[in-house]
Amino acid sequence: MAAHSLSPPLSRLLFTVKYVSLHSRCCAVHSKAHYSTVYNPNEKTFDKILIANRGEIACRVIKTCKKMGIQTVAVHSDVDSSAVHVKMADEAICVGPAPTNKSYLNMDAIMDAIRVTGAQAVHPGYGFLSENKEFAKRLAAEGVMFIGPDTHAIQAMGDKIESKLIAKAAKVNTIPGFDGVVKTAEDAVKIAQEIGYPVMIKASAGGGGKGMRIAWNDDETREGFRFSSQEAASSFGDDRLLIEKYIDNPRHIEIQVLADKHGNALWLNERECSIQRRNQKVVEEAPSTFLDPVTRRAMGEQAVQLAKAVQYSSAGTVEFLVDSKKNFYFLEMNTRLQVEHPITECITGLDLVEQMIRVAKGYQLQHKQEDIPINGWAIESRVYAEDPYKSFGLPSIGRLSQYQEPLNLSNVRVDSGIQEGSDISIYYDPMISKLVTYGATRNEALAKMEDALDNYVIRGVTHNIPLLREIITHPRFISGDISTNFLPEVYPDGFKGHQLEVDARRELLASAAALYIAAQLRSQKVLGDQRVSTIPVKCTHWELCVELGKGCHAMEVTKSGDVYNVEVDGGKVEVIGAFNLASPLLPLTINGSDRIAEHFLTPPCLSHTLNSYMPEKVPEDTSSILRSPMPGTVVAVSIKPGDTVAEGQEICVIEAMKMQNSLTAARQAKVKSVHCKPGETVGEGDLLVELQ
Amino acid sequence: MYLNHSLCRINTIYSFRPTYSNFWGHVLQGKLTARERVELLLDPESFVESDMFVEHRCSDFGMEEDRNKFPGDSVVTGRGRINGRLVYVFSQDFTVFGGSLSGAHAQKICKIMDQAMTVGAPVIGLNDSGGARIQEGVESLAGYADIFLRNVMASGVVPQISLIMGPCAGGAVYSPALTDFTFMVKDTSYLFITGPDVVKSVTNEDVTQEELGGAKTHTTVSGVAHHAFENDIEALLNLREFFNFLPLSNQDPAPIRECHDPSDRLVPSLDTIVPFESTKAYDMLDIIQAVLDAKDFFEIMPNYAKNIVVGFARMNGRTVGIVGNQPKVASGCLDINSSVKGARFVRFCDAFNIPIITFVDVPGFLPGTAQEYGGIIRHGAKLLFAFAEATVPKITIITRKAYGGAYDVMSSKHLRGDVNYAWPTAEVAVMGAKGAVQIIFRGKENQAEAEAEYVDKFANPFPAAVRGFVDDIIEPATTRKKICSDLEVLASKKQVNPWKKHANIPL
Repeated sequence: MAAHSLSPPLSRLLFTVKYVSLHSRCCAVHSKAHYSTVYNPNEKTFDKILIANRGEIACRVIKTCKKMGIQTVAVHSDVDSSAVHVKMADEAICVGPAPTNKSYLNMDAIMDAIRVTGAQAVHPGYGFLSENKEFAKRLAAEGVMFIGPDTHAIQAMGDKIESKLIAKAAKVNTIPGFDGVVKTAEDAVKIAQEIGYPVMIKASAGGGGKGMRIAWNDDETREGFRFSSQEAASSFGDDRLLIEKYIDNPRHIEIQVLADKHGNALWLNERECSIQRRNQKVVEEAPSTFLDPVTRRAMGEQAVQLAKAVQYSSAGTVEFLVDSKKNFYFLEMNTRLQVEHPITECITGLDLVEQMIRVAKGYQLQHKQEDIPINGWAIESRVYAEDPYKSFGLPSIGRLSQYQEPLNLSNVRVDSGIQEGSDISIYYDPMISKLVTYGATRNEALAKMEDALDNYVIRGVTHNIPLLREIITHPRFISGDISTNFLPEVYPDGFKGHQLEVDARRELLASAAALYIAAQLRSQKVLGDQRVSTIPVKCTHWELCVELGKGCHAMEVTKSGDVYNVEVDGGKVEVIGAFNLASPLLPLTINGSDRIAEHFLTPPCLSHTLNSYMPEKVPEDTSSILRSPMPGTVVAVSIKPGDTVAEGQEICVIEAMKMQNSLTAARQAKVKSVHCKPGETVGEGDLLVELQ
Repeated sequence: MYLNHSLCRINTIYSFRPTYSNFWGHVLQGKLTARERVELLLDPESFVESDMFVEHRCSDFGMEEDRNKFPGDSVVTGRGRINGRLVYVFSQDFTVFGGSLSGAHAQKICKIMDQAMTVGAPVIGLNDSGGARIQEGVESLAGYADIFLRNVMASGVVPQISLIMGPCAGGAVYSPALTDFTFMVKDTSYLFITGPDVVKSVTNEDVTQEELGGAKTHTTVSGVAHHAFENDIEALLNLREFFNFLPLSNQDPAPIRECHDPSDRLVPSLDTIVPFESTKAYDMLDIIQAVLDAKDFFEIMPNYAKNIVVGFARMNGRTVGIVGNQPKVASGCLDINSSVKGARFVRFCDAFNIPIITFVDVPGFLPGTAQEYGGIIRHGAKLLFAFAEATVPKITIITRKAYGGAYDVMSSKHLRGDVNYAWPTAEVAVMGAKGAVQIIFRGKENQAEAEAEYVDKFANPFPAAVRGFVDDIIEPATTRKKICSDLEVLASKKQVNPWKKHANIPL
């Protein structure tokens, strides 16, 4: 008997493998080009277009320009100098520092860029200057074509009250409500009583949920009037309010329209955009499961009537609220290319950017209304750099240390403007990409989306893929039973992440065990001649404990070849996989079905059954004093006494050795006192800031 | 007859084991027993113990009584395998006289060290000892010296690793100090020459064990220890991972493990990693990890002299040593501590045939009285010496700044760098533009213009490239590919320094 066998049985190893996902995988089906219309090279448009935007939409526009043989000019802020859209464009002009009001909204600089490069037209994308009538006017004054509607339409549709009046006049269904400006609280009550409760009080100039209040009775109307006018005044500098009937549990469905300068207008079917958080869309699909052909046609025709009423040209979107009885009400018209335009492109085969450019040049529309098909189904997920566990998504920033789009799959379109190594900064929208999947049927498109989300690798920033995957696999979403309140209704206590079922938990544990064993066996594979021979452990059977969350699961694993038979929690799981330990995605076959696992195996985080006997360590108190780590000059102090700083927030910047070093807070705390000021020279170890 | 005897002995071994209550007492302090540690460290069933019948030979102070005799005495020794690879191990047993070092204890350790030297295999010491066996007096001291001598003889022949898992005080500390790597366990291990009581009586300082010689002190302030782990288990399992990087001896090449990460993988993220402004910091670890096999980096001394990053990694499966200036901390300058940290690491790699890859972004040596009085000249010279004498494959990548003497030091072409690359963002110059212009155009006007001219001329890799001081200016995304292919070629590199008894590094 060997003496060392005296200790307690130690053959059971315990380890932690951090898994974010283990998803089912389905096989790729037929591929289809996204656009069915063919570009006509003889139709001359522009020689050079400037894209007054950044990120994915700039890249999107550049792609179509390249197809049409048009030279492209990108504008960028200084932090974006190596961004993807800059690399893609033929020319690039820096229009200012990072903040958007100094760069992408800086009309003077953009006008200069147009002059310098000789661009004949400008595509504004969405956001930034896309619905800015001032910008459109300045372009017109210089004889540069604005790829979008003319100033009149932008202005008419930009104001909520005016647009509603125009819509009403064009015989478009509008939400019952008061068309004029509400002057006093008592006025508001009177109007509300006429319309009938509930009512919504909102700012005329508003957007993004600001200055909006729902009132169910007279008192709430008075209160809502007061708050909304205050908010409207502070947010938009315009305290005009309007009141309308509040539609409970509505769907948000919008109609894509396309019009030319010759009075022709088409409706390109609808987009279902009901899945929203904080009034921002998350998942969109086209067509909608809810509309029947009659409603669709009615909505489409009204949208076209509205477009014609404002002599609209270019692509635009008419947004409707649709109640449970399929009554639809005009909400607003967006006079630009929408973020979610790719799903319309997928089902109609049109390249909307190409059409916008054609129309801007003055060509007539190529299509008749009856030529506009609904081919298949398309779904778009907006992949954001945000933490979905905090009110369905609070922005997170960082560097994309690893980034892999699921472009290996067919029928997947990813519109993105970033790449591995890109920074998601505080200055711009935290959208990483728009992931679009397409299928002959909705189920096919959904299955493809699930697959695509599973094959997406994003590291370095927190992202919302867990939430997206939960939404598209939720029974209510699958059945099409959705409204704009979907997220708060389905997750009343906030999104808590995927809840593992018993089987899925077993599969996860089993694949973790198989992965661990593969890594262990790899450690024994030393290549080359060995002076002292290596004697690998000849083992085909393991007893392991896997930690999942706080729980510990004992399991037995038998391996033969690439097949791992795992007994865990009273069930048997067969895992087949040739583990590539350098790849973040592991294709596995678990109990006969194909799965994708994502693994984080660096650095090894191993422990042991005896771990339970180890005392719990009390977390060390992080220092509440910030000292200068080196001699240098204080360049900036970002806080003042009494401020609350978050962990990792910059406290001050010290310049030393020709380098600026940012000193950050080690924990969240209130600033007690500040002992330095900009310009001051400090020595190593000098007290800079005290936290409470 | 003999068989009966041995069975009887084994029974004794059973009985000497602490009772369960004692055992738990030990565990509740957060410590495993000596044998459990060996068991965890080595492959299952691979441990071959030696000298389990050895007993101490002290006959004073009642030590000769049977109840004070423990077979094997206060250390467990033997050999075993880690992932199939041979290793010699000793593990001090705190449950026997507080793990104190008797003559017999020392003799057991010396025996396995001698064997390790003859076959050429590493030695791992798991230290948990109260110090000398006072009852034995000078015999215990002699034992220490015997071990020290072997530590020195084995230095540069086989890798020696110490894992401090309990107290290690007085003369005992010099054995870990002589080994190549010293790891500690947080909250349960201490290293000091004299304990808090003696410190109090001599210097009147009030200091706790933890402050004086705990893991935090030695991994952040003194630089005595190379890494600290949360507890015994994590320490031992990490030690297994660490061991995978090491060759068995100086006769063996750096080990090559099966690699799943393509050696020609492009790393596009590196193209954007160096910031636009040359004064802005970035994390060198981002570059290092992106280039390595599967981002697997075992950093040595991660919390000490953080302005230089050193550690082990693999490139296409082959172990390499990484040295990199860290612009995020103190601008990545070289100072006393970072020079010593870097030098010791480079010398280890050179001794054990591990290729060295150096990532350079260094603005120079840190100025100031503290540095000069502390002997930055002497200590900086150590790093220079280490890079210059190293004959293993040396690959250097200048990512941004390579200024002044620090450029020379950081494995430059002039110090026999085998392959020296510069990224397009590299600035190889005597100093930054501002300082240079103040000297060249002293008293002249238009300093700003002159500065711009200097930047134009020197803040780029071309002056160095046209002179052949860098071999190529490469796209950052191709860095991994280039390094892997160079290492393949350099595997057969043979370079010998002139014969000498030993060099005289400026200690």
